[in-house]
Amino acid sequence: MSTPEERRWIGRLQGQVIFAIAFVVFSALLLSQIGTQTKWARGTAFFAQPRFWPAVGLGGMVLFGALHFWRLPRHRIRRTDVIEARIWAQPMEYALWFMGYVLLVPVIGYLPVTIAFVPAMIWRMGYRSKTLLWAGVAFGAAVVVVFKSFLQVKIPGAMLYDYLPGALRSFFILHF
Amino acid sequence: MDILFSSLDILARWDVVLALLAGSVGGVLIGAIPGVGPAVAIAILLPATFSMDPIVGLTVLLGIYGSSMYGGAIPAILINTPGTAVNALTTYDGFPMTARGEARRALSLAYSSSFFGGVFSVICLILFAPVLAKVAPLFGSREIFLAALLGIILVVVAHRGQSLIAAALACFGIFLNTVGLEAVKYSKRYTFDQSFLSSGIDLIVVVLGLFALSQAFFLLQGEDEKTRITRLKGGLFQGLRELGRHPRVAGVSAGFGVVMGMIPGVGEFTAQFLSYTYAQKSSKRPDDFGHGSSEGLIAAETSNNAVPAAAMVPLLALGIPGEALTAMMLSVFYVHNVVPGPQLFQNDMPFVVALYLALLILNVIVLVFLLFATNQLIKVVKIPNRFLGVCILTLSFVGVYSLRNSATDCIIAAVFGLIGFVLKRLSLPAVPIILGMVLGGIMEVKLRAGMARVKTPFDFIERPIAMILFVMILGVLFIHFRRVWLDRKELKQEKWSTKHSSTTFGTHLSRRRDYLLTERGKKLRAKRSMFSRRSTDRN
Repeated sequence: MSTPEERRWIGRLQGQVIFAIAFVVFSALLLSQIGTQTKWARGTAFFAQPRFWPAVGLGGMVLFGALHFWRLPRHRIRRTDVIEARIWAQPMEYALWFMGYVLLVPVIGYLPVTIAFVPAMIWRMGYRSKTLLWAGVAFGAAVVVVFKSFLQVKIPGAMLYDYLPGALRSFFILHF
Repeated sequence: MDILFSSLDILARWDVVLALLAGSVGGVLIGAIPGVGPAVAIAILLPATFSMDPIVGLTVLLGIYGSSMYGGAIPAILINTPGTAVNALTTYDGFPMTARGEARRALSLAYSSSFFGGVFSVICLILFAPVLAKVAPLFGSREIFLAALLGIILVVVAHRGQSLIAAALACFGIFLNTVGLEAVKYSKRYTFDQSFLSSGIDLIVVVLGLFALSQAFFLLQGEDEKTRITRLKGGLFQGLRELGRHPRVAGVSAGFGVVMGMIPGVGEFTAQFLSYTYAQKSSKRPDDFGHGSSEGLIAAETSNNAVPAAAMVPLLALGIPGEALTAMMLSVFYVHNVVPGPQLFQNDMPFVVALYLALLILNVIVLVFLLFATNQLIKVVKIPNRFLGVCILTLSFVGVYSLRNSATDCIIAAVFGLIGFVLKRLSLPAVPIILGMVLGGIMEVKLRAGMARVKTPFDFIERPIAMILFVMILGVLFIHFRRVWLDRKELKQEKWSTKHSSTTFGTHLSRRRDYLLTERGKKLRAKRSMFSRRSTDRN
């Protein structure tokens, strides 16, 4: 049966203990490095010291993080907390997909990688409908045209474009 | 009058008109898709606006900010899912109206209320601008530091029940802002001798990670939801007439929106809460609230739409953003070397008024667009969540990579995406991190400048505005601690009322033994032993 504290808790309680412990440990580790990672400037006022604001930030993280942990309805790690922590690791896969996309664009090119990446990701998500896959291709092409061709955002031309013949090469580098 | 003409001159350009159209229609679309929201859209579009003129870039972003709440009302009313977080209150009365077959009336009323809130707020602020122009120069370094401190405290205490972790996350933001080369003494702070950390952690990279990538991860990791949409028949003009029958609720709600919007860190939720409570308490039919009350819907939608224009006041007048969206807009100003603050009001008033006029025009565009295109627009609600996640992931790349073409930025954004995902899972707020980063930077600069001319601590608050801000900080802290104390008292009472003695035999015996060992227990035993025969057993 849940306690009044657990009933009053806003949001998900599973995983809070692990998060709070990790946050406080991370903050305390950073705070322990303040002597080597910041400097104390002689002849400078206290509030203008380069060390002052990192100390405020990290001190606050440790203090409020610890208070948050103390105010948690329970302090022991249960099986449900571990299950929740495993869910936190799941998006790592999508982060890797994202990084793969980032690394391939300067090599193969923004347009080809995008129109391959979007349907591939849609396929990975379990969609098999042709409509959605083609919608993904159209979306990828539209993103490139809007951002690179029209809005001229800074995305460099790919290494592969160098192998294209003269005029086509510069056209692709500029627009796709 | 001259200022008004100069402002219109700034807006009378084809690229500004295009930006207004794209921003307002795009904002409605983004708002109508549950799971995207203006923060994601603004974060993604931010780097793209850097190459535009400040007025064009800001118009696009303002368009999205101001119109997303109109769109957010559509899924809130039709499928009980708010399109943006601030439309949550709309579901209370909007969806019950749909359930009893009044979807068209609810939508029409929501659009009309939003329009009224938006226009009321802009008109108030245009009229208020000359006063602001006089007050803003009274803000020196100390006052801006205190206003930023007040903003950060308000953001923290606004997260009721989560204020400790909100404070910890705000401090995390303050710390993130300090990483890199310090600007005055040129000493490195927390770079761990890594060159990529020397230039600091970019605000936009963090914003994109915490808002866009985390949302993509959240959608990709979740399941698709099946939605059934009610087909709308007939026109949507009746809401304007119905709104006219509740001028008091609409006026007061818009007023709350304007006032709350101007206070940094408060925003839509408090404005909605106050308006809704007022509307319910002053209504002749308070029991209808939460069951499809038109007054409830008016209060919720009017107040939240009055906030965006008002939220621009602390940003433009003092350079202090009160929430994540205005914090993102601040970076557009900085990129174009336009420094928002008292100087902007003094030297470039037409630019400020042009922004307000743009907000006014976009409200008209959005209302006209929605009155005619709602039937087509509601189809976007059907986009599957994970497909949407893929789209956001693809768009996030443009946002992060186009900044500096740096893969390291993308890694940092991905890390913050994972942090944002964890925060979302735990229902913890990410906004304090962003405001900590922005306001932490402002506080560092202003405190250094302010303390240079201060001899005793009291000198810091000797000027009237500084004193008012200081008293406000103390007041906010007092109210917060009083509320915490009352909450604890309530919790204690709840605990005592639910506490009951254990009924197990072992616990009963143990309790009996404990009682007998107390002084009173011993006395009672001695008294009782007088009436019983002495034991004849020999030890």
